[in-house]
Amino acid sequence: MTFASFLLQLGNGLSSASALFLVAAGLTLIFGVTRIVNFAHGSLYMLGAYLAYAAGAWLASAGLGGISFWLGVLAAALAVGVIGALIEVLLLKRLYAAPELLQLTATFAVVLIVRDATLAAFGAEDLLGPRAPGLAGTVTIAGHAIPEYDLFLIVVGPVVLVALTFLVTRTRFGVLIRAASENRALTAALGIDEAKLFTAVFALGAFLAGLAGALQLPREPANLGMDLATVADAFVVTVVGGLGSIPGAFLAAVIIGMTKAMCIALGSQEILGISIAFPKITLVAEFAVMAIVLAVRPHGLLGTPPGAPVTTPLPEQRELVPAPGRREALVAGLVLAALLALPAVGAEYTAVLVTDILVAALFAASLQFLLGSGGMTSFGHAAYFGVGAYAAALAFKAGAPMAVAFALAPVGAFVAALLFGWFCVRLAGVYLAMLTLAFAQIVWSIVFQWDAVTGGSNGLVGIWPPEILAERKHFYLFTLAVVTLGLALLARIARSPFGFALRGVRDSPLRAGALGIDVRATQWRGFVIAGTFAGLAGGVYAFSKGSLSPEVLAIPRSVDALVMVLLGGLNALFGPLVGAAAFTWLADVLPRLTEYWRALLGALIVALVLVFPGGIGGLVARLTRRAA
Amino acid sequence: MSVLRFAALAFALAVLPAGAQTIKLGELNSYKVFPSFLEPYKNGMTLALDEINAAGGVLGRKLEIVIRDDNGTPGDAVRVAEELLSREKVTMLMGTFASNVGLAVADLARQRKVPFLASEPLTDKIVWDNGNKYTYRLRASTFMQTAMLVPEAAKLGKKRWVIIYPNYEYGQSATAAFKKQLNAMQSGGLEFIEIAVPLGKIDPGPVVQAALDAKPDAIFSSLFGPDLARFVREGQLRGLFKDRVVFNLLGGEPEYLDPLKDEAPVGWYVTGYPWDSIATPEHKKFKDAYMARFNDYPRLGSVVGYSAVVAAAAAIRKAGSTDPEKIVAALSGLSFTSPFGPVTFRPIDHQSTMGAYVGRTAVKDGKGTMVDWKYADGKDYQPEDSVVRSMRPPER
Repeated sequence: MTFASFLLQLGNGLSSASALFLVAAGLTLIFGVTRIVNFAHGSLYMLGAYLAYAAGAWLASAGLGGISFWLGVLAAALAVGVIGALIEVLLLKRLYAAPELLQLTATFAVVLIVRDATLAAFGAEDLLGPRAPGLAGTVTIAGHAIPEYDLFLIVVGPVVLVALTFLVTRTRFGVLIRAASENRALTAALGIDEAKLFTAVFALGAFLAGLAGALQLPREPANLGMDLATVADAFVVTVVGGLGSIPGAFLAAVIIGMTKAMCIALGSQEILGISIAFPKITLVAEFAVMAIVLAVRPHGLLGTPPGAPVTTPLPEQRELVPAPGRREALVAGLVLAALLALPAVGAEYTAVLVTDILVAALFAASLQFLLGSGGMTSFGHAAYFGVGAYAAALAFKAGAPMAVAFALAPVGAFVAALLFGWFCVRLAGVYLAMLTLAFAQIVWSIVFQWDAVTGGSNGLVGIWPPEILAERKHFYLFTLAVVTLGLALLARIARSPFGFALRGVRDSPLRAGALGIDVRATQWRGFVIAGTFAGLAGGVYAFSKGSLSPEVLAIPRSVDALVMVLLGGLNALFGPLVGAAAFTWLADVLPRLTEYWRALLGALIVALVLVFPGGIGGLVARLTRRAA
Repeated sequence: MSVLRFAALAFALAVLPAGAQTIKLGELNSYKVFPSFLEPYKNGMTLALDEINAAGGVLGRKLEIVIRDDNGTPGDAVRVAEELLSREKVTMLMGTFASNVGLAVADLARQRKVPFLASEPLTDKIVWDNGNKYTYRLRASTFMQTAMLVPEAAKLGKKRWVIIYPNYEYGQSATAAFKKQLNAMQSGGLEFIEIAVPLGKIDPGPVVQAALDAKPDAIFSSLFGPDLARFVREGQLRGLFKDRVVFNLLGGEPEYLDPLKDEAPVGWYVTGYPWDSIATPEHKKFKDAYMARFNDYPRLGSVVGYSAVVAAAAAIRKAGSTDPEKIVAALSGLSFTSPFGPVTFRPIDHQSTMGAYVGRTAVKDGKGTMVDWKYADGKDYQPEDSVVRSMRPPER
């Protein structure tokens, strides 16, 4: 690599950084003010690209020539801004009083709906837009051709940064944004119409996402994978920069863009006799950067430690998983009896489906313990599920009998949670959640790349239980036994002295510390317990499917578990079971009803979230309490 | 007739509807994850199904396809496969797209002892390292398609290659196979510089720059989909492809070539499907029927979906029964006619001999297409039998 090409790679890194910054800026703005973890940000970005394609093509056919592309970009960004406002007004506005993670569930539903709507409207084929008129060529620098559009993007990033900084620091709107970011309640008390402010901010964030997607069109065809490919990156940039900090997002985007460009530029290098293929690191570069940054700066590069706790616990969150009274014991007994009777009366497939539900329930319950009792949000809980599953599978493939292999599942997850938990409990709120995500992605990329041991992206096959459990209904009974035991243990721990200490730490770390509770150690222990039970669920999963691939520890599984917990109710005793049953059953039934089952699932989740903000399980609990 | 008997008969009539007469194929695929390939695939299946049923079905019974979405994950795939088997009582399983899903379902087929026709997954492992008695694979594998390109590459005698590939099993296998086979055919002095990119997330600027800095004589890529489009556009802008030979596995498949429109690369060596210029009677019949039915031209997915159903029907016909063991036995050595011509399932490794078209890309009437192509029959691009035997585990 010559010095000239090194400089060129820096330029490439900068233009990628600009693109990253544009999409992250909107996200950080939205989070800073509304505290909404907007999973649908990638979907808004994707819509921007599709709408810019359609608008540009339509305007071009109307004979507008070169300007049609640029008008199309603007129109698309504005349209996405309007869509964002609609999402906020129709959906999110109704959820500000609910536990804040419920908004995450709602935006997850939006992802599902937007994806199907885009497929229905634009078809399945990738849509390659035109090159940007006026910037379609290249400039030659030092004998290298540089696309004009890359240079344009390098400029756009800082321009948007300056414009947003001006907006936030120099205008009345900006003052209001900052005020609401710092103290929502006080801002409202001063007579500021919070509702309008939130809508405006969400629309502005959506506009930026739409703009980012539209500006990507000359570099990438509009395609249905853009949403998920983008949203994780946008979150990483936001968090590395410091939540709510726009200059921080820019800095983070530059660091990540540069890191990736340099990894590719370096190629394969011999270092101390070991050959390292740097381009392969791009698979996980942004998450590695995030893990390092958060380990050193718990609030991101330019983030400030929040004065008040990031979360304002609501009554639902402050609750403890209720003590099982006579009524609950009766319900549990009836459910268990029904589940025990199932193999005798149910069809074979019902046993398969309920096995999946039970595994999901145990996994969700372990997350509920972390989230509900521990007050720690995890976006990467699948890591422990997956490590457990892989530990069992690898031992089994190495010749261990199933009993031994299975026992290794919680052990493997325990070790992973012990290691990662030590780092994670040093953080709080969304930063903690994102660090769990970073670790999960790092584990995922190791499993994904380590062909010789984990089977790489293909995974492992042939993990079938021995003869006696091979029969579907027999395996179901085995699962039922393990999951019942697991759920009972988790509920027991939640109400043990340790559970109370954990809850104390969650609600008031200061007071708990003053009482002599070691705050971090308690949280760490809580984290490890949650991870271990997730691993147990993973062990059952491995033997129920007969095969494993890195997908078991990927982001969607973590998100699914979050959705199950929130659907079921954050602190409802039967919440995980109800949430897992509802989610898994719907995902099984809906695809048989309609081609657009994702949209339907999304719509149902929206309905559930709006009707039962405390989760389905929470509603059941309320009803039974009222009856009692 | 006694009341009891009458009741029994009525019960039998009610419980066994006319549907019990159909033979069911259980098809599972990632329809929502890879729609650009799988929507044409579904059309292809529909066409084959209608043709078969119009001609009287199979074994005197109508054929039915029960379709399920596997959500692109092995876990869900295993669940829906179990549902197809235990609730729908399908005669055999077919489908799957991604390699990890294909392998998971193949292993389930072995466990449950039912035939599985893996229509699309390209991984070599499904017939070799992880091959099993119950699994057959239709499409030309990563190894085969790479082998179809290597002779062309070897002829050119280029020494310094940049290899760009999506960083997962398909890209890794293609890269390994290419290096190994080219080394075997071209003597000495070969250099390979590899650039692995995350699937679906290529950063084209740095990748193209790094490729330029390597000053290669030639490029071998296994990119596809949005990654390929971004690579092509960036590479053309920065002059990466000027005076350089480029090979791109799968690059001639309409699914990946057509979105590029008039920017499709010119002169690249690719494997693919030149639907507009194949003139064999088998293909003409297929294409005409397809276009009449769907008012759209066939993609490669259409051919794969169509051929998979034809193959499944042929297997059941040959078995003369819906017994799983008999169908598995019938699949071994089974011959049928696909739109690409005659195809046989190799008894040695259960791989079909369905080939692919090898040619060069061109732009015609503002659209990407393939020229100077020839059909590479899959039977000619296989490793030695002894090598295959050494890779495949003992029959189980």
